[in-house]
Amino acid sequence: MHPLSDFDLIVIGSGPGGYVAAIRASQLGLKTAIVERSELGGICLNWGCIPTKALLKSGEIYEQLSHLSDYGLSVKGAGFDFQKIIERSRGVAATMNKGVTFLMKKHRIEVIAGTAKLEKGSPAPKVVVALSAGGSRTVTAKNVIVATGARAREIPTVGLASDGDRVWTYRDAMAPKALPKTLIVIGSGAIGIEFASFYRALGSDVTVIEAVDRILPVEDEEVSKAAKKAFEKRGIAFRVGAKVTKLSKSKTGVTVDLEVSGKAESLQAEVAIVAVGIAANTENLGLEALGVKLDRGHVATDSHCATNVPGLYAIGDVAGAPWLAHKASHEGVHCVEHIAGLKPANLNTPIPGCTYANPQVASIGLTEAAAKAAGHEVRAGRFPFRVNGKAVAAGETDGFVKTVFDGKTGALLGAHMIGHEVTEMIQGFGVAITLEATEEDLMATVFAHPTMSEAMHEAVLDSFGKVLHL
Amino acid sequence: MSIEILMPALSPTMEEGTLAKWHVKAGDTVKAGDVIAEIETDKATMEVEAVDEGVVEALLVDAGTENVKVNAVIARLAGEGASFDTPPAAAAQDDVKKSPVAESKSPRSPEQGASAPVSKDAMPTARADDERVFASPLARRLAQAAGLDLKAIAGSGPHGRVIKADVDAARGKISTSAPAPSSAKATEDKAPRQVQSLEQMGIAPGSYDLIPLDGMRKTIARRMTDSFRDVPHFPLTIDVEIDALLAARVKINAMLEKDGVKVSVNDLVIKAVATALRRVPEANASYTPDGIAMHHHADIAMAVAIDGGLITPIIRAAETKGLARIAVEAKDLADRARNKKLKPEEFQGGTFSISNMGMMGIKSFASIINEPQGCIMSVGAGEQRPVVKDGQLAVATVMTVTLTCDHRVVDGAIGARFLQAFKPLIEDPLTMIV
Repeated sequence: MHPLSDFDLIVIGSGPGGYVAAIRASQLGLKTAIVERSELGGICLNWGCIPTKALLKSGEIYEQLSHLSDYGLSVKGAGFDFQKIIERSRGVAATMNKGVTFLMKKHRIEVIAGTAKLEKGSPAPKVVVALSAGGSRTVTAKNVIVATGARAREIPTVGLASDGDRVWTYRDAMAPKALPKTLIVIGSGAIGIEFASFYRALGSDVTVIEAVDRILPVEDEEVSKAAKKAFEKRGIAFRVGAKVTKLSKSKTGVTVDLEVSGKAESLQAEVAIVAVGIAANTENLGLEALGVKLDRGHVATDSHCATNVPGLYAIGDVAGAPWLAHKASHEGVHCVEHIAGLKPANLNTPIPGCTYANPQVASIGLTEAAAKAAGHEVRAGRFPFRVNGKAVAAGETDGFVKTVFDGKTGALLGAHMIGHEVTEMIQGFGVAITLEATEEDLMATVFAHPTMSEAMHEAVLDSFGKVLHL
Repeated sequence: MSIEILMPALSPTMEEGTLAKWHVKAGDTVKAGDVIAEIETDKATMEVEAVDEGVVEALLVDAGTENVKVNAVIARLAGEGASFDTPPAAAAQDDVKKSPVAESKSPRSPEQGASAPVSKDAMPTARADDERVFASPLARRLAQAAGLDLKAIAGSGPHGRVIKADVDAARGKISTSAPAPSSAKATEDKAPRQVQSLEQMGIAPGSYDLIPLDGMRKTIARRMTDSFRDVPHFPLTIDVEIDALLAARVKINAMLEKDGVKVSVNDLVIKAVATALRRVPEANASYTPDGIAMHHHADIAMAVAIDGGLITPIIRAAETKGLARIAVEAKDLADRARNKKLKPEEFQGGTFSISNMGMMGIKSFASIINEPQGCIMSVGAGEQRPVVKDGQLAVATVMTVTLTCDHRVVDGAIGARFLQAFKPLIEDPLTMIV
């Protein structure tokens, strides 16, 4: 421990990036403190990833109730209590939050409740905390990691700014006062689609607006197409290639003016959810005074998450895309191991992306288009769940698995899935890519029968013309 | 019991070599002292003798296999009158003692249980376990496609695993597809810089025969390139008159005839250099980043041309040896050099080199320094040349001598002083006695 520093490491922000970094640091024997101005666990645990999955689960079960007869079942008086659904998700968040509190204690990480600001210091910037309980405390460390996350991006010039009443961001959408009967979701990324899916499940009339010409634009084109079809089947309406020119509010709702391929259109609903991207939380941290370099709004970092200021690091959403909790955690571990002097092995570990709507979407690596653009000799294969035994038995036949290979080397470049619980399957492809497995290894692996995962195996076979069950 | 025959180390620093030739095959009976194989390193070939008696069970390495690591199992002997069960641990210990080159006989493991002899077919033909390379499936495939040896690629994956990035890097280093030769400084594993192929440089394919590089040629290429590039060379040239030397040589050889010793001009040059180095010790030094190494002895290396290359056997502490002894040693070293029978310590090291091309009629030349030595002396042919003595034209036998110096350790003045000390010794051999 540095003789003149209070800590070996101070982490600012206790989301999946911050708290994981703190735990890893503690494992490596670093005296660590974590500063949190709100709830431990950050957005992910409290107002993001976790509680939305609880909401989506409630929605999913309720939607299944309308298909019970398919399974030879019936129910009378099916219904839901919206506030109870919301409460459950708050309870889930509280449980997870308690879990992080416990972990901080277990790993002897000092939690400082307050808002941090950085000031010049050596060997790392000083951390001046405006304590939540009042007063101020300055702490020093050998290293400081900024893990302050991000918030919903807003575009006030066209009215895309939340007011907590008619115009919501994710936060408002997770604990609203009432269930809106009609809803416009602006933005078809994972967040927009998940909320659209949830509210549709509970019966709201939902229209999703997307500026790009397809929904879930980061996914493989085939997945975007299949997702749109599946959501439309559930009654969700879409406007793609649509630019929002103005959002105006009234006491009872919103009017969203659009421009779709040159034509103007106006949509109305009780509520609009703005899900048009992320803005990193870089303000009021003292970054400008320290001369911390930013890159398109987020903190610029090198391959070890170091900023241009000695002793200062940044991880997670505040450091840029992809804005995913597991990316933040992964960076947290890597950054701390680097600080501790460990030399993590050189591994290509791709970051998967998941959307927990109904149907789910999960993907990793390159899309087919990106692989082709990168010059690979692409061999792509697909396998639909409608001919997978387990999927048919469970009545969950929507979707498919698609694998993208480099035909020359047999390297797995990417995998793209849509369907029931595919988010649980994507790790198999992640492991394969990390280990640099080739098609041979994947083909040789025995997948249990009957599982939906067999579709992964068959997609690999299909990539090389050897599919068995199609 | 099976006795494992391990790849011997020909010198303390040897790490691997080529199993050049087998003198036995499976089924042959060998006695202690029988030559069973020949091992080759960059500059020497060595016979491997059997230490134990027995029947050769299996040869595990093919003749001609390169990069066989020291202590790798190269063959198995079925020991005489013992069972065929070998405790695997026994072979792992006593590595050095089991090496056939060792002076003392290695003790045979006292396995005396009666067991049926294992048929030869059951012997595994697998490589020794320590040869397994950890590599990802993709890296393995890419290396194979590029014709690269996985063992030669440094792995940056977990636990030193070779991954795609490592194979890509290795491929990039030896790629010859770039039309412009890009510079590539030698890395720790001494990757060759990117060069154009012969075809790219205008030599049509099929217009030449390609002779594979052997160990010696590869070593010469590497060492000479490194020296030429890294050592700041400069030459100092003088002419010496050797009539007196030649006359002295005749007299000396007459004296030594009864002992069967013949002294050559080169032997006299060696003696003169050794003596001059005693007087100018600064020319008997090596540059190191930690300091100038002032050698205690003049270990004179003589360049000997051999089949396919050249080698530099060393006369150690030449300043302590008389001319006759130098002559005998030089002849013996040269003979064994030509037969590739030198021991590593006989040609590795040295503090000063002499290269003599006089017998080939070369007037003068400037050799490339043998790192880490500070100088190399290039001796030309002694020829009848016109000289000026007291303002008059005369004729003398003149020999041009060029001293190439490593400017980091031997400056012009030091080199010059050395040659000033050397010249009178050569021109008046009697002074070498003093």
